[in-house]
Amino acid sequence: MKPWAERIYNGVIRENPTLVLMLGMCPTLAVTTSAVNALGMGVSTMAVLIMSNLVVSLVRKVIPDQVRLPAYIVIVASLVTVVELLMEAFVPVLYKALGIYIPLIVVNCIILGRAEAYASKNPPLLSLFDGLGMGLGFTAALVVVGALRELLGSGTIFGVDVTMGILEPVVIFVKAPGAFLILAFLVAVLNACHIKNRSDKLVESGCDGHCAACGSPCPDKKEEAAK
Amino acid sequence: MSSQTSLILIILSTALVNNVVLIQFLGICSFLGVSKQMKASLSLGLAVVFVITLSSAVASLLYTYVLLPLELTYLKTIVFILVIAALVQMVEMFIKKKSPAVYNALGIYLPLITTNCAVLGVALTNVQDELNFIQSVTAGFGTAVGFTIAIVLLAGIRSRIDEEAIPKPFRGAPVVLLSAALMSIAFMGFSGIL
Repeated sequence: MKPWAERIYNGVIRENPTLVLMLGMCPTLAVTTSAVNALGMGVSTMAVLIMSNLVVSLVRKVIPDQVRLPAYIVIVASLVTVVELLMEAFVPVLYKALGIYIPLIVVNCIILGRAEAYASKNPPLLSLFDGLGMGLGFTAALVVVGALRELLGSGTIFGVDVTMGILEPVVIFVKAPGAFLILAFLVAVLNACHIKNRSDKLVESGCDGHCAACGSPCPDKKEEAAK
Repeated sequence: MSSQTSLILIILSTALVNNVVLIQFLGICSFLGVSKQMKASLSLGLAVVFVITLSSAVASLLYTYVLLPLELTYLKTIVFILVIAALVQMVEMFIKKKSPAVYNALGIYLPLITTNCAVLGVALTNVQDELNFIQSVTAGFGTAVGFTIAIVLLAGIRSRIDEEAIPKPFRGAPVVLLSAALMSIAFMGFSGIL
């Protein structure tokens, strides 16, 4: 497999950021009330991720090691502001629907995580494809969750009625608890497949040590290091 | 409505009705990651209360007196995230110097809060809702208390779950997400009190 194709396969399937690494949970749960919202969030995050991976990779030899995280945060925050202004101008409906979760792309674990784990050590073109792969994996996971929630909660997919009056929608799936429920069952199904293939590999909750750059508290790892 | 009742309403609304974790889905990373032990959850909760209250105060002042007059409001995302990062660093240094006991209690949770999306989320929501300074601080405090309540409750549930025989595919993340779903349903009940 060519290296760039390997990057995309890695992002979408092997290290799918949402369903395998369990990163970027906030948008995954919050904006997946419909497939369209999920797609919008996925694509805007992907745009930021590709650009930030590219920029971080380009400047990776210029930035001193000690200040690299603040530098990455500034790069990501600038890109998010650009995306935010563009969305406000060209897709105001989606901008309204996603609301506060657009600026919050800044603190999405996946973006800082890829900047730190991949883009800061690899050449620009490969980093770009890494961003594309991770972005596609994130978008795919979001759309699956969004479509399931929309189907069960409002009986539609991408706004098209598919129940034909046979099934009554269960409103709770588009409310907050539905997000947790759908994700729980999705991960459980993935776990079941994993168990068939490899008996010992289970998806664990939390950061799994991949969140080093994300900064979300991983007490186990840090405490071990302190000892 | 007097200003005092409206502040109480803000606290009730942010801590229970619109619970930051269970209804708005902010700070999920640490909610799932740290809730393994009760003690760690409580420490994280306290650190979050401290940082969010302080950062919403600073963010509110900056927005009203710097960004608005200079017409730079579109820079709020960048400014807020930098302010939060700097603030957490300063708070950490200050506490380390003045009160090592508190510093040890909060431990590693303090610096790691920077990228907890709840902190940035609260600052942005306050600006969006056009809250004044006192309302912003109150909303920040209420949100953080809501976070603490949710994570401590989940830690309690998880300590019981660990002893149960759970079907293999549901071990790890899925059963925690299911518990969160049930908690979320319970918290939806609070919408009746406002």
